[in-house]
Amino acid sequence: MALAFSPEANDQIDAILKRYPTRLAALIPVLFVAQRTFGYLSSEAMELVAARLDLPPAQVISTATFYTMFNKKPVGRYHVQVCKNISCYLRGADEVTSCLSEKLGVRPGGTTPDGAFTLEEVECLAACGRAPVVQVNEQYHEWQTRESAAALVAELREKAGAKGGGV
Amino acid sequence: MAAVTTYDHLLRDKHGKDYRDLAVYRAAGGYRAVLKAKELGPEAVVGEMKKASVRGRGGAGFPAGIKWGFVPKDTDKPKYLVVNGDEGEPGTFKDNYFLSHDPHRLLEGCIICSHALGIETCYIYIRGEFFQQIATVERAIADCYKAGILGANSMGTGKRMDIHVHSGAGAYICGEETALLESLEGKPGQPRLKPPFPAVVGAFGCPTVINNVETLSTVPLIIEHGADWFLGLGVERDGGSRIVGVSGHVKRPGLFEVGVGANMKDIIYELAGGILEDRALKAVIPGGSSCPIMTPDEIDVPMTVDAVRDAGSMLGTCGIIVIAEGTCLVRCLQRISHFYAHESCGQCTPCREGTGWLARIVDDIEAGRGRQEDLDMLLNIADQIGGNTICALGDAAALPVLSFVKKFRADFQAHVDHKGCPHDQPLPGWTRP
Ligand SMILES: Cc1cc2nc3c(=O)[nH]c(=O)nc-3n(C[C@H](O)[C@H](O)[C@H](O)COP(=O)(O)O)c2cc1C
Ligand code: SF4
Ligand code: FES
Repeated sequence: MALAFSPEANDQIDAILKRYPTRLAALIPVLFVAQRTFGYLSSEAMELVAARLDLPPAQVISTATFYTMFNKKPVGRYHVQVCKNISCYLRGADEVTSCLSEKLGVRPGGTTPDGAFTLEEVECLAACGRAPVVQVNEQYHEWQTRESAAALVAELREKAGAKGGGV
Repeated sequence: MAAVTTYDHLLRDKHGKDYRDLAVYRAAGGYRAVLKAKELGPEAVVGEMKKASVRGRGGAGFPAGIKWGFVPKDTDKPKYLVVNGDEGEPGTFKDNYFLSHDPHRLLEGCIICSHALGIETCYIYIRGEFFQQIATVERAIADCYKAGILGANSMGTGKRMDIHVHSGAGAYICGEETALLESLEGKPGQPRLKPPFPAVVGAFGCPTVINNVETLSTVPLIIEHGADWFLGLGVERDGGSRIVGVSGHVKRPGLFEVGVGANMKDIIYELAGGILEDRALKAVIPGGSSCPIMTPDEIDVPMTVDAVRDAGSMLGTCGIIVIAEGTCLVRCLQRISHFYAHESCGQCTPCREGTGWLARIVDDIEAGRGRQEDLDMLLNIADQIGGNTICALGDAAALPVLSFVKKFRADFQAHVDHKGCPHDQPLPGWTRP
């Protein structure tokens, strides 16, 4: 099945193109549009972006693979990311990670079999004064402890179940 | 103990007002500095910036007024202002404040800078993880277009002014200014060789000013109150107030606005409440994870670019990381070394190979597989990276290793002697302040 952008996504892309003097500069914002639309950047999605922006596919791949926020494979509907860097480490980030790992039943880097959760350890999220910090999709959860992390998983589980997933 | 004076010029969170709201921002005097700058004229604005001695708040500490002066006046090319909101240096979380709570301050600073330098287009590069902050800044920009602050006739100056947000996508190296430009242009974030400097060949091959979020957010204050007032908050050659962040083992972590030159030890013990569990202090990293670590007897210093450098470290971003006694510094270095190895863009061999090598040796030492010669090996490798690379990430990776091993060699030696980590006691407990 060929991928396509929705009319809304196409309007968004037109607006993005107007902001820059070159088409290439629109690439990163348009890759975000593609990722939001298709969930992750499959090779078909990257080809679609290349065609839409009239750029060589190799250029699209080279940029998309450089950046960690572009997912080249599917991630869970809840992408749970724990900061493991120095300030969070000093305040017990490892405890938070091990609690999340136990409750979700996956190791960092893994996705639950139902596709609801991906757990990952990430670098500094620039909220070090409220460490340890966990990011779930677009939301930060600060001042985490073992207890609050367990409560967070319970809450997300409920949401995932209630809505049949989605955010 | 000497009292540290705190300010609320920049850090206005205690005012209980929502400055994200354009009406609230304006009621507090917002956007008047743009008009004042127009009256002063471009040359006087750059003059005020020079006189105010604002050292760049992004880490390198270069004087902003002088940077602005490098932009060519006579050129047929468009000129750009690019804002560095990539905030990725571990231990740093101050730009987050402006982007989350006071976006108009930043926009006003951008407009003043642009009007003074003949710039019509500004890009604010914000790290991709800051979804909420990006939405906040985009909303503020949209409000400015509606109010005629941005657009074809920006604040009645007859000049066009556009500001766009450009989201990063999770690469720390894009905080380095030339990598940021590559990223803005749609390419992988690999730093460029300098010269040419961005002031001459920057974004899209055109003259470009790049400043940090906090640097630009101070501009309205300088224009509103005058360079002398601003300079007076700090010290000679390093003017103003700035936001320090304290994280790690303190009782009250957070952001504090102090005059440049406030004493580091007092900031830790007074403003941040001292060490958790009243433990002894073991070490301090003064300005983000790339700055050489300091021992407790080195931290009685004024926080200025020059004084902290003279004390053997760097002021960096003023993100102070505090480490209590009982913490394993090998583990701390492990976090830092893995970070730089992960974030190396891979262009230069010493950085690409060296950062990974350092991280593996630190892993070995922590795991009890370290050999005696590994300690000097760390120093040797770090020495060979420093100064031999395209950008300063190489130094950022080398300096922590050199300083940790030189100043806390006993910690590393104990791992080799014990064939394992001798620090297995728990980290200090904490509660939310
Ligand atoms: C590896 C590396 C990462 C950097 N990260 C940032 C950053 O996240 N934010 C920032 O403002 N400056 C960062 N800088 C400094 C920028 O290159 C540049 O000096 C700064 O944006 C200039 O702004 P200023 O003069 O207002 O400080 C980084 C530098 C290096 C070498
Ligand atoms: S020093 Fe490292 S990060 Fe900087 S350009 Fe070289 S390889 Fe890339
Ligand atoms: S170290 Fe975790 S947010 Fe900065």
